[in-house]
Amino acid sequence: MKLLADRRRHPMALVVLLLVGLLMTGGAYALFTQTSSAKADTASASDVDEGKKLFAANCATCHGLSGEGSKAGPGLIGVGAAAVDFQVGTGRMPLQSNGPQARVKEPQFDEEQTAQLAAYVASLGPGPAVPEDENLDASKGDPAAGGSLFRTNCAMCHNVVGAGGALTRGKYAPNLADVSEKHLYEAMQTGPQNMPIFNDANLTPDDKRDVIAYVKEVSDTPSPGGFKLGSLGPVAEGLFIWFFGLSAVIGLTVWLSSRAK
Amino acid sequence: MSTTQPTTTIGKAANFAETRVGASVLVREFGRKIFPSHWSFMLGEVALYSFVIVILSGTFLTFFFTPAMGEMHYEGPWAPLRGVEISEAYNSTLAISFEIRGGLFIRQMHHWGALLFVAALSIHMLRVFFTGAFRRPRELNWIVGVLLVIMGMAAGFTGYSLPDDLLSGNGLRIIDGIVKSLPLVGTYLSFFIFGGEFPGTDIVARLYSLHIMIVPALLIALIGIHLVFVVVHKHTQYPGAGNTEKNVVGEPVLPTFAAKGGGFFFLIFGLLALISALFTINPIWNYGPYDPSPVSAGTQPDWYIGWADGFLRIVPGWLEFYIAGWPISLNINSAVIVMGGVFGAMFIYPFFESWLLKDKREHHILDRPRNNPTRTAIGVAGIIFYCNMWAAASGDIIAVFFQMSLNDMIYIFRIVFFLGPIIGYMITKRMCIGLQRKDREIALHGRETANIIRLPHGEFLERHEALPPHKLWKLTAFESPTYTPAEPNAEGKITGLEKFRAKLSKFFFEDRVAPVTKQELEASHHDHDSVESNTHNQIGH
Repeated sequence: MKLLADRRRHPMALVVLLLVGLLMTGGAYALFTQTSSAKADTASASDVDEGKKLFAANCATCHGLSGEGSKAGPGLIGVGAAAVDFQVGTGRMPLQSNGPQARVKEPQFDEEQTAQLAAYVASLGPGPAVPEDENLDASKGDPAAGGSLFRTNCAMCHNVVGAGGALTRGKYAPNLADVSEKHLYEAMQTGPQNMPIFNDANLTPDDKRDVIAYVKEVSDTPSPGGFKLGSLGPVAEGLFIWFFGLSAVIGLTVWLSSRAK
Repeated sequence: MSTTQPTTTIGKAANFAETRVGASVLVREFGRKIFPSHWSFMLGEVALYSFVIVILSGTFLTFFFTPAMGEMHYEGPWAPLRGVEISEAYNSTLAISFEIRGGLFIRQMHHWGALLFVAALSIHMLRVFFTGAFRRPRELNWIVGVLLVIMGMAAGFTGYSLPDDLLSGNGLRIIDGIVKSLPLVGTYLSFFIFGGEFPGTDIVARLYSLHIMIVPALLIALIGIHLVFVVVHKHTQYPGAGNTEKNVVGEPVLPTFAAKGGGFFFLIFGLLALISALFTINPIWNYGPYDPSPVSAGTQPDWYIGWADGFLRIVPGWLEFYIAGWPISLNINSAVIVMGGVFGAMFIYPFFESWLLKDKREHHILDRPRNNPTRTAIGVAGIIFYCNMWAAASGDIIAVFFQMSLNDMIYIFRIVFFLGPIIGYMITKRMCIGLQRKDREIALHGRETANIIRLPHGEFLERHEALPPHKLWKLTAFESPTYTPAEPNAEGKITGLEKFRAKLSKFFFEDRVAPVTKQELEASHHDHDSVESNTHNQIGH
């Protein structure tokens, strides 16, 4: 201990102390988040009670104390666990601010809390459940069949490779590149925001898996032709040639004509 | 008949060429043509060079493209399409992209080159307009230039419609809609173009003939005429000491300009190669085969067609109405009217200006844009009119990117459609007049040196420095057209048209800033020599 006491006024002591503190908090955080995600897999009936408490504290203002809905938000009876898992899991709910559409943000609840909320809402009435892993495995899907389905059903809003697009009055279809397989499936299943519902009679679970396979294939495959310019099509290409191409050309002309003097 | 025979190899070769094709005449006429050196004179060259690159890369593509719409199943390496039913044209474009060695690079070079070609044409045309290079004797070459722009657009459109992917099919569907919206003949014309009901199985082969034969042949012919005119008319030059209406100051084609131009070609080639190697253009594998039912979000034409697409996006739907059961689809076919109007205005502008100014003289010295404020303002109004429609074509992407409402974007574009050109006109005209006044001030009283001196009695003055003669020349020695009142014709009558012309002339020149005259200049120098401080005080207030 004498060694420590001698050095406690060393200029680096503060730095070392900070480092130790940060490491401990970070380590503890990592430990706890790991344990909570492990718990999420084993959701039990008691989750419904926990979920009810969370719901009352965070959701009831708009969706009503027992999910019956109000002027400010729709009723949630019968929307199922899948809808909750999507809306809360992507951070769209609780709503950050009023606007044409709920925006994605950092999820406010961890996976365990999300599962508890989902369990509670599912208990209000029968609705689609969180999809099985079997249906989410992109490697088992057929990207080509999914591509055809995507072009017919999704591309008019989300663009052919899911780069996103505009809807009316400030609403929009988001970019799908970084959306998880589970959330893609749940979005098709529950039709969040302005999206139509693609139920199992419309797109079977296998079809949905094909669509997921297509989205993952086109967003994960490196672009064969070089930088993608956002996959936004001719607008991005036109901007590029005018701003980059033509600027470079004018730079060359100025360079060439300045030498002549 | 020369009495001495050449002895060197080069001499013999030159003699061979001379005695057979009279090469010395060509060398004399073309090789001695003088090109003034200014960066803005090289923009047309950029268009020419990118056209050459597009022709070269396009020839490569014709070796592998199949212009047919027979159906087949895709069996190539691109997984998201494997087994999907596609057309032969789309299949061969995919093969060019993924299976032909270097095919994707050449395809991208062809497409980027085409974008650069029309972009370079456009800014070259703007340079010609704003400097007044379209004036006599070059009016016909201006018209050839406008035709080149139209043919450039046609070449681009027929080209990007060929791959038969979803994007190209969507573009063709809009053309089909425009054709069908033409009164009386529309439907028949559409069936004629597509060989039956849209999309049919003929259109790719027909567009291919146009794209690789008719349109490029017309482009090459027009470029030939354009270049011959450039040689015949001699090059224009910017105002400057020693540059007159009767000379051209610059470098001869042989050897200087030819060497520089050849180098410039390779620089453009290199730039396009760099862009094509690094940046994807038209990733047709993303779009999937054409099918009339799906449309992707963010479906736009290439940039040079964008303004027409943008107009269609902002034109209100209620412009379609019925007369005795016949639909009048002004919500669609007004796009044809607007495009015709824009090109018509471009065609007639040189003749309009010459008629307005009663100016039939030749002009070889260019205007500085500020020295013709009304023309410059009209040009800017045109740019705003065009660019607003152009931006409207990407309204959906702008809306998402800036988190705006798509509907509000459309309202904004509609307002700017009418008000933008007017506001742009007024601001530009005032700016030009302000710049002209500044030029006058500098010419008469010299450059402000930021050097403050204090006189013995306590007065502070800024020292002004007289301009060097070549700069003074630029600011003072320019032509400034002015108001010409209505004049009676040969029969002694003032026609209504002449009265209208006079009114327009007044509109053009009512706030003209007259250039500095010799007398004014001498008077100001005189003042400077005797009572310098007084002059400055007077001007300062």
